[in-house]
Amino acid sequence: MEFSSRRKKSVTKFQTELYGHALQFYGQPPVENISLSEFETFAVDRLKLLKTVENLGVSYVKQSEQYSTKLEKEFKNLSFPYRPDTDDRKAQNGESEYEKRRKDHISHFILRLAYCQTEDLRRWFIQQEVDLFRYRFNDLDPKCKLEFLHRNNLQYDTISVKEKKTLLDKLVSSSYAVSGITVENQDFYKVPFQDALDLVRTRKVYLKGGYVYIPHQDIITIVLNDFRTRLSKALALTARSLPAVHSDERLQPLLNHLSHAYVGQDYSIQKNIGKISLEQIDSLSGKSFPLCMRQLHQALRESHHLRHGGRMQYGLFLKGIGLSLEQALQFWRSEFIRGKVDADKFDKAYAYSIRHMFGKEGKRTDYTPYSCMKVILSNPPSQGDHHGCPFRHSDPELLKQKLQVYKVSPSGISQILELVKGMHYQLACQKYFELTHNIEDANFSLNHPNQYFIESQKVLGGGKDIKREADTPQRSQENTAAKGSTAARDPAANASQNLAEITEELDSFFQDARL
Amino acid sequence: MLALEYESACLPDLLPLYYRRLFPFSQYYRWLNYGGLQKNYFKNREFSFTLKDDIYVRYQSFTTQNELEKEMQKMNPYKIDIGAIYSHRPNQHNTVKSGTFQALEKELVFDIDMTDYDDVRSCCSAADICTKCWTLMTIAIRILDRALRDDFGFQHLLWVYSGRRGVHCWVCDEAARKLSVAARSAVAEYLSLVKGGEETVKKVVLTDPIHPFIKESLVVVDQYFSQYALKDQDILGPKESVDKVLALVPEDVRKTLQQDFQNEKKPEARWKLLVDQASRKQGTAKKGQYFEKEIMLQYCYPRLDVNVSKGVNHLLKSPFSVHPKTGRISVPIDLKELDRFDPFAVPTISIICEELDRPVAEEDIKPEDVKDNEQDAAERRKIRDYKRTSLAKYVRYFDQFLDGMAQSWKGELLKKSDLQKEF
Ligand code: SF4
Ligand SMILES: [Zn+2]
Repeated sequence: MEFSSRRKKSVTKFQTELYGHALQFYGQPPVENISLSEFETFAVDRLKLLKTVENLGVSYVKQSEQYSTKLEKEFKNLSFPYRPDTDDRKAQNGESEYEKRRKDHISHFILRLAYCQTEDLRRWFIQQEVDLFRYRFNDLDPKCKLEFLHRNNLQYDTISVKEKKTLLDKLVSSSYAVSGITVENQDFYKVPFQDALDLVRTRKVYLKGGYVYIPHQDIITIVLNDFRTRLSKALALTARSLPAVHSDERLQPLLNHLSHAYVGQDYSIQKNIGKISLEQIDSLSGKSFPLCMRQLHQALRESHHLRHGGRMQYGLFLKGIGLSLEQALQFWRSEFIRGKVDADKFDKAYAYSIRHMFGKEGKRTDYTPYSCMKVILSNPPSQGDHHGCPFRHSDPELLKQKLQVYKVSPSGISQILELVKGMHYQLACQKYFELTHNIEDANFSLNHPNQYFIESQKVLGGGKDIKREADTPQRSQENTAAKGSTAARDPAANASQNLAEITEELDSFFQDARL
Repeated sequence: MLALEYESACLPDLLPLYYRRLFPFSQYYRWLNYGGLQKNYFKNREFSFTLKDDIYVRYQSFTTQNELEKEMQKMNPYKIDIGAIYSHRPNQHNTVKSGTFQALEKELVFDIDMTDYDDVRSCCSAADICTKCWTLMTIAIRILDRALRDDFGFQHLLWVYSGRRGVHCWVCDEAARKLSVAARSAVAEYLSLVKGGEETVKKVVLTDPIHPFIKESLVVVDQYFSQYALKDQDILGPKESVDKVLALVPEDVRKTLQQDFQNEKKPEARWKLLVDQASRKQGTAKKGQYFEKEIMLQYCYPRLDVNVSKGVNHLLKSPFSVHPKTGRISVPIDLKELDRFDPFAVPTISIICEELDRPVAEEDIKPEDVKDNEQDAAERRKIRDYKRTSLAKYVRYFDQFLDGMAQSWKGELLKKSDLQKEF
């Protein structure tokens, strides 16, 4: 890929071949020239698309009707190839299918550059790209799917008719959508279980002797696994060629801005450090903590202990609202020694992990407070645990009782439970916020427990409770990007001022990344 | 003979004896060296020791069996944990560039701890166990062992008593040692049926169709349920327990059963009433109503600590380590004897050390033990030493396990040497 101020209009044969299918496996990096402004637009648009994928994945069941409709809309808005158009001429909005496919291709590779830099970034990028790919692959009609498989040389072993007969019972009771008849009519693929972890994890497939038996209708799992593996390898390789990119003063800031955009507000930045006293925590927990933290606080006070998951979730939250390391140590110690742990044991077994949270031990990574997404999606609570998100991890019946105790009105409770039923946990939490703060419409979209706290303090009197100086800095464009506003482009736009005349060959950066 | 009471105060005196004369170093090394098939496999393995006063030292590593032996005899650890195989020697981890020191492989491990069953056992709580609730561990081993072998195709599973209130499983197959974090967590989740923390009442929810894995697990639970749950734990006896069970059935059924139970006090009969209700529901409802199965699973199904299994670099207490609180040795469990395994009969360090002091009659030593002249005297004595104690049968079983693994290496080694010949 090469930058130039002019756009090449000619379409080579190679490119037609490259863009022959609406969906790509991104095996080949782009080799054409690209203008700087296009570089930037492409990158920002794809980032918006990935943000949408991320947000929708939390608010809706993936592959549900609403999820698909919303994602489809975003594809159209941002001019990405959404469904194979048979007609390669200009679509209504002016961009041809070819242009869209090209944009899909190039933008993916630009973000690879920006998102290969750290483990965290890679994980985020892969997750979103995989979800995106899943949606798009599922959306293809059967013929197109097969064509895609052939085009990309994806072949998997099938089992014999005889084996199918012997396993019939098991195959039928291993999948929702398979019946005796459909078993006969479709191919079953036999692959090592490591290649279909999603199906194994959810027990949606028959597993025997280390192999899974996947009905053709679920072939997406194997394809996705391939996609994920290749992408993750490619990112590792791209990362190796990064020094070259980094030495480019003009490119580096742009890429850095792009990669920071996903993190959202960083609540680990401690503006309020030391502005909260330990005595305030009890009352704050009733007024301004989201339910998840209130629950943890209560459990801690009652049992004088929290297990690891709870300590992490709550400890980082407290750090985020402004507890200093010394305060945190004092807070945890005074509570734990009222239980079964004596001071000596506390210092030996627990103090380390608290210093760890503040980046004072081990790898010295400064841990960031967990976002709602992290709380909701990762490490679900098990026996003895109090962490997690009450809207996600409590029995509705218990949640209801709890809300009653917290004096939420019956109509409010049923609204909240309705949202929970639809799996809109964060919206349910936001509703709870509105009800308990007596406001009609919270002017933010909730995605972080610390955000909940800050917003609550705002409502309750500009943070008089805690003598705060300023809000946590609004560092990123998290919300705006989600809403599709153009503000998301600002940081990139700043960076690009230096970039006006780049005609660099990006090509070389991708050389190692060929699959 | 006097049953020796273990006292943790004696540990500093007993440990040196244990590590000098009883700890099965050669088997231990044979295990972790895995036939020497992979370079540096033993050398890059992390051990961590808990010393006196809870001093915890991580990132220990040893180049040879001899070095391991010397170090353990010097440090006399109260507890030994085994970690991952790293990219570099763990004891040099500070000298390598940060980020390059990485955990590469480890056995797939499972940790089942009785405290996780506190809401479903009435006999004891927290760290306490008794022979009644030990059945839960037996069930857990049966279910997981079957699934890991039949479903996942693993063969070399070492089950170990933790020394106090739980069991560990070490899956030692090469494929298992090479699993990624994602794969480990997928396996652990496949095997987890009981979900939810303190805020969840109903922890098992089954949906149609019931997966073959769950069916197989139910077969196992079924063998123990009536003796264990209905008799030993009496879950349908006292009102409190009954209420807990009935909280897991649909509301209409709950009402009916509450009435029926007033005239029927026998737990077995009560359970039958409940099962009848379930079959009736299953007959009418379109969607599956499996509450009787869900109850069985919630009360008996193994509760895994998924986080232990997930991480490659997670440490787990080593076999043959001593449990400092109980003094019991973490011994491997022979599944052929599983139903007779009694955690309270597992020898403590005091017992085996005492057994050493008893005079031996020469005929107790079987001839094959001494016939190998090439072993040096000390080694021979050590073998004789542990054979005189009640540790012997556990070491013997460990040997069998290792022989099983060696069988699988043989093939590998042959392949390798064949390849070399070709060149
Ligand atoms: S939605 Fe977020 S803030 Fe609210 S309870 Fe759940 S995790 Fe906590
Ligand atoms: Zn008990």
